[in-house]
Amino acid sequence: MTQIVHHVPERLLVAYAAGTLPQAFSLVVAAHVSMCDQCRAALEAHHAVGGALLEDEPKSDLSERLKADLMSRLDDAVPDEPVYRREGPFPAPVVAAMQGRGPRWTKLGGGVKQSILSADATGSVRLLSIPGGQAVPDHTHGGLELTLVLQGAFADETGRFGAGDLEVANDDLEHKPIAEAGPDCICLAATDAPLRFRALVPRLLQPLFRI
Amino acid sequence: MLAVRDTRDRVAFGRLFDHFAPRLKAVVLRSGSAEGQAEEIVQEVMLTVWRKAAQFDPERAQVSSWIYQIARNRQIDVVRKENRPVPEELGYEAEAEPDASRVIAVEEESGKLRAALGALTPEQRSVIEKAYFGEMTHQDIRDDTGLPLGTIKSRIRLGLERLRHELKGLRDE
Ligand SMILES: [Zn+2]
Ligand SMILES: [Zn+2]
Repeated sequence: MTQIVHHVPERLLVAYAAGTLPQAFSLVVAAHVSMCDQCRAALEAHHAVGGALLEDEPKSDLSERLKADLMSRLDDAVPDEPVYRREGPFPAPVVAAMQGRGPRWTKLGGGVKQSILSADATGSVRLLSIPGGQAVPDHTHGGLELTLVLQGAFADETGRFGAGDLEVANDDLEHKPIAEAGPDCICLAATDAPLRFRALVPRLLQPLFRI
Repeated sequence: MLAVRDTRDRVAFGRLFDHFAPRLKAVVLRSGSAEGQAEEIVQEVMLTVWRKAAQFDPERAQVSSWIYQIARNRQIDVVRKENRPVPEELGYEAEAEPDASRVIAVEEESGKLRAALGALTPEQRSVIEKAYFGEMTHQDIRDDTGLPLGTIKSRIRLGLERLRHELKGLRDE
């Protein structure tokens, strides 16, 4: 694997550890950590901080039956949980989000494809596939956007992003990512607001494609 | 914890419960769960500890870090009724006989981390607790309200070096 240079910012990693990140962003962080030992180690260090704070927390009273109830459940059958593994460019949490079924691509034109993994009021997350050498339309962001490269690479005004690299884009960034020549660039992209494209036509198409 | 993991010792598990359950409940209440739901979550967390005990590795983490992580996951699963995305497992088996020097290193580090947390001002401490106990809103996070992470960062860094080394070993196998 090539060297990862763009990592999860500290505050997002803490929020992920604490469980305060919306689901869409959590998926991107979990996928990056699956690909990046440095952030995995950092995440475990944050768990250590959480654990130390937990140790210092004053005790709350428990209801009397709680312990007995729990002890009586220890022999209950363990529910089967599906175990997902990495498949091709897709790390296990992404495979889990697709319930193991693989992406269902829809064409966006110009060879660009997307597969929406989830979309609700708190944000959306999708896979994007961009042919090598192709550009994604100019757009600004109504919110926070996290883009994780799973395969190939892209470059924009802020730098080059290869497999495993994470781009964090804010409201004020207007950028024009271009996929590097070579294999299709496949990204996992999450936002907490709809993207706004600069050109008129893509904006009209937006409701249709939900991009 | 090792007695729970290796010999499924119920008495030892009961002691683990007595130590962590009341603290877990306090933490779960802080992030907004009501009384009844808080106890349901505590029960789910401790049941997960019992069931996943085989995955606990004292060379990498203290019991409290491991339980913290489980607690955050279970609370989200219960409250949001959806499974939180978790990173790929590294696919290792925890060893039956942990390397004592590594276990001691984890303990020492954790002691120093607690000391560093103890040295924070009450204001800093309160921000840190809010961040790690899930009391920050998404907007707070986006605005980057200035977590006083710098003060505990040197402690985290030391832990990072060791963890990175451990993970590298796992990858090379
Ligand atoms: Zn990283
Ligand atoms: Zn963008």
